[in-house]
Amino acid sequence: MFHIEDKVRHIVCPYCGCLCDDILVELTDGRISGVENACTLGAHKFLDDADNRLKGPIMRKGDQWVDISYEEAIAYAVQTLSEADRPLLYGWSGCVTETQAIGAHLAELIGGVVDSTTSVCHGPSILAIQEVGHPGCTLGQVKNRADTIIYWGSNPIEAHPRHLSRYTNYADAYFLHNAFRERKVIVFDVRKTATSEIASEFVQLEQGGDYHVLSALRAIVRGREDVVPDMVAGVPKSQLIRVAEMCKKAKFGALFFGVGVTMTGGKYKNIRNAIEFVDELNRHTKWTISPMRGHSNVYGSNEVFTWITGYPYAVDYARGIAFYNPGETTAVDILARKEADAALIMASDPGAHFPRTCCEHLAKIPTILFDPYPSATTHLCTVQIPCAVNGIDAAGTAYRMDGIPIRTRKFLETGYPTDTSLMHEIYEQIRERKEHV
Amino acid sequence: MSELLIKNAYVIDPLQGIHGDIMDISIRDGRIVDKVSGSCEVIDAAGNLTLPGGIDSHTHVCGTKVNFGRYMSPEDMRAGRTPRRGAMYPTSGYTVPTTYGNSYRYSKMGYTTLLEGAMAPMEARHTHEEFAATPMQDMLANTLFDGNWSLFEAVGDKDIRQAAAVIGWTLAAVKGFGIKLTNPGGTEAWGFGEDLASIDEEVPNWDITPREIIDTTIRACELLHLPHSVHLHCNNLGMPGNYRTTLETLDIPGDMNPDRQTLYLTHVQFHSYGGNTWGDIKSEAEKISDSINNKPQVVIDMGQVMFGRTMTMTADGPMEFRLYTLHHNKWSNHDVELETGSGIIPVYYSRKSSVNSIMWAIGLELALLVKNPWQCMLTTDNPNGAPFVKYPEIIGLLMSNKYRSKELSQVHKLTTDRTSLGSIDRELSFEEIAVMTRAGQAKALGIINQGKGHFREDALADIAIYPVKPDQTDPSLQYEEVIGAFQQTLYTLKDGVVVSRDGEVITGVANRTFWSKANLPEDMDVLKSPRFVEKFSRFYSVDLENYLVQDEYVQRGVAMNTGVNS
Repeated sequence: MFHIEDKVRHIVCPYCGCLCDDILVELTDGRISGVENACTLGAHKFLDDADNRLKGPIMRKGDQWVDISYEEAIAYAVQTLSEADRPLLYGWSGCVTETQAIGAHLAELIGGVVDSTTSVCHGPSILAIQEVGHPGCTLGQVKNRADTIIYWGSNPIEAHPRHLSRYTNYADAYFLHNAFRERKVIVFDVRKTATSEIASEFVQLEQGGDYHVLSALRAIVRGREDVVPDMVAGVPKSQLIRVAEMCKKAKFGALFFGVGVTMTGGKYKNIRNAIEFVDELNRHTKWTISPMRGHSNVYGSNEVFTWITGYPYAVDYARGIAFYNPGETTAVDILARKEADAALIMASDPGAHFPRTCCEHLAKIPTILFDPYPSATTHLCTVQIPCAVNGIDAAGTAYRMDGIPIRTRKFLETGYPTDTSLMHEIYEQIRERKEHV
Repeated sequence: MSELLIKNAYVIDPLQGIHGDIMDISIRDGRIVDKVSGSCEVIDAAGNLTLPGGIDSHTHVCGTKVNFGRYMSPEDMRAGRTPRRGAMYPTSGYTVPTTYGNSYRYSKMGYTTLLEGAMAPMEARHTHEEFAATPMQDMLANTLFDGNWSLFEAVGDKDIRQAAAVIGWTLAAVKGFGIKLTNPGGTEAWGFGEDLASIDEEVPNWDITPREIIDTTIRACELLHLPHSVHLHCNNLGMPGNYRTTLETLDIPGDMNPDRQTLYLTHVQFHSYGGNTWGDIKSEAEKISDSINNKPQVVIDMGQVMFGRTMTMTADGPMEFRLYTLHHNKWSNHDVELETGSGIIPVYYSRKSSVNSIMWAIGLELALLVKNPWQCMLTTDNPNGAPFVKYPEIIGLLMSNKYRSKELSQVHKLTTDRTSLGSIDRELSFEEIAVMTRAGQAKALGIINQGKGHFREDALADIAIYPVKPDQTDPSLQYEEVIGAFQQTLYTLKDGVVVSRDGEVITGVANRTFWSKANLPEDMDVLKSPRFVEKFSRFYSVDLENYLVQDEYVQRGVAMNTGVNS
């Protein structure tokens, strides 16, 4: 099939929300033997893929894992989900929008809850946006124009390694002659990070001080530095004044924030304050703000769920209409209340990220995991169904962290079914079952 | 082979010159035919008004900013929830419903074709994904070129052929239908937080003016023989005194196309303001409509405002920021690199506000003062002026002076002095409404030959039967019946299939996406231009190869072939 030293270009990396689409993959004997342009995280996604795949569906029988066929796995999923009173369909951030759409429709069909990993990462950002809006832009707009960049509670050098080279500090810019020299990077964090090392200004604030610092900056930008105390959450007033001036002098500023702000004390109110800081700056010059989304297609799940259900995540169809109330209809809350009596986990790893009580509950109920690789969630699930990997042996739509939809490319033929086809089959079988009841 | 006969239909088909005859309509395999066999299924229209399926030539229903309007507004989603009913999925939303919500509500009102008013090329896949989830209508996407750098270069070079090459390539690359210019030049200026105050002000960094962008784009559009003309959202939207900009813009194009207009100006209500401030704002609809009445090469749509809550959303980013500084409501903005911008804020149009009341009156004035209904389409710029579910009320206002007077007496008292609405006694006929909601829209979009907007033999059997008997109804007095009739068809047929009946969606048929495929000679191949390709290798944040919208996104695409004369 593939010759030695085959090279495929313009591959879309399915790892993080940067969704780099300039990856070159080398194939030898039908296996990935080399990756160019990708960061370490992305390269390993490709290079380690073949060795880590689960061979086929497995089912827990007592203390043992038993190999089962895809038909048996689907039949189990159909029966479990059809009979569940309060099914939870969670994850969705690593799969394509085509699969996410079926997930939203399936939740409606079985009166379940559909939620994505958003609820444990940028869910608070969305709550803030729902209060005050979101002045943002595409990443190329930042690349071509921004002379001032803020990373707040975010360490892209380690979490989104190519963010700086593709979209910000090290990227080519249309409107700057020597982009790297002309750009200023300001980092706000509670500790020194790899990113703070390259910052022209590092603002080290106390844990939980984000809201205070943002309020102080807003006051200064509004001309009310008189109300700001000498120290704000460990930051000297003089530094805040200096930073506020840098922001006002920017021709184009871009603020990127990570889960360091969304998942610390104050949660969505921090983000609201950051957005309103950017709103305020727009009265002086041009500024935008953007969340650093984690999973490759977590933003796609928000988009798809929104056009189908009306809400970006945490949608409960138990009453036949779409009902949304994060904190109540979010996966962690439903599991912590031990409400869910069956779970479908798609392309995510709650076993590695959820609180212990939620994991314990997942281990007690029938849990069906769709993941190509063994993960922490494997240890909690009843059945695991491996499927083709989006961007390697499956293609479909993914939304970059700035909302740009890109089609991932399939460049390997492995024989694994896609999650889209598996979900479609499950949906259709449940629909037929319902019609015959 | 499937056949259907609609009997006793009160047909108005302006494109065929049928002005209200009781007749039968025969359908075979989704198309209008001369006759069908005696044994086929029959629908008795019983003398009720029967029109070609409704067409909306300017609405925002699918794509990045529409979805962001939903995303940021759970309060709006809660305001319009429906559960699953038969073939209908649950829906959410009032001003920006979910895709199925839009689709079902339009279908229930007899609409079978929608043009999404603003698609950023770089985000086209998103629009197409939502088109696929808007099953009851055939879809078209006007594609934004207002801040397109490659187009700007062609404008700067005064190279109409190169402009056409860029436009032709882009439309085919993103499966777009027509050219949309939103605040041309202004969205690029907004990249650095600026806007343009006139069509002769230079776009910062580009050495070109909006006038040059508009003029070059119109000429390029005609060179390409695109089905639709340039579709323009003028500069200075929503600014008191902006009617001067609109009049200057109206003077740009000559009459270059015998089959349709040369320029389509959208939501002109928002562009017909006199005065200098919000305090002395007044209507200049008379001057605008005088100009249009003298220019057969121009078609407009109303952009009617109706009172109540709605969501404003446009590629016009700087305008939305101005609106934000007025309302202090939540504000979203989304600039798209090398192409365009966008912004969203929710608003409440109040009849107690002088400005809002004057806006309401201006839209109606335009529809009543533009003499030829083929030059004025009925829209609200959904949802900017109002959600489209308000169309029937607008029809009522246009058909009944009595209703209009009653409503005028309820709005802010300054409206009578600052607009001419109270002195207009024209009442539109059913035929004029049919022109403004389907026949004229089909002509303006250039989709008559695709079988849209009429019942000629071989036309698509898209049909709306409304529960009103025009020969027994006086809309001037019975406006409430007329409004009720346009809110809910007896039957909506798409491709010859009854898709909704008495307000219930029964079934769907696979919808189409019309897109423009320009077949260009070799010297117009932009991919041979290093300057064009360099945009992708250096300044876009996606590779050229990943920019092109794959066929998977237009599985039921209808390519409309166009090209330049050789």
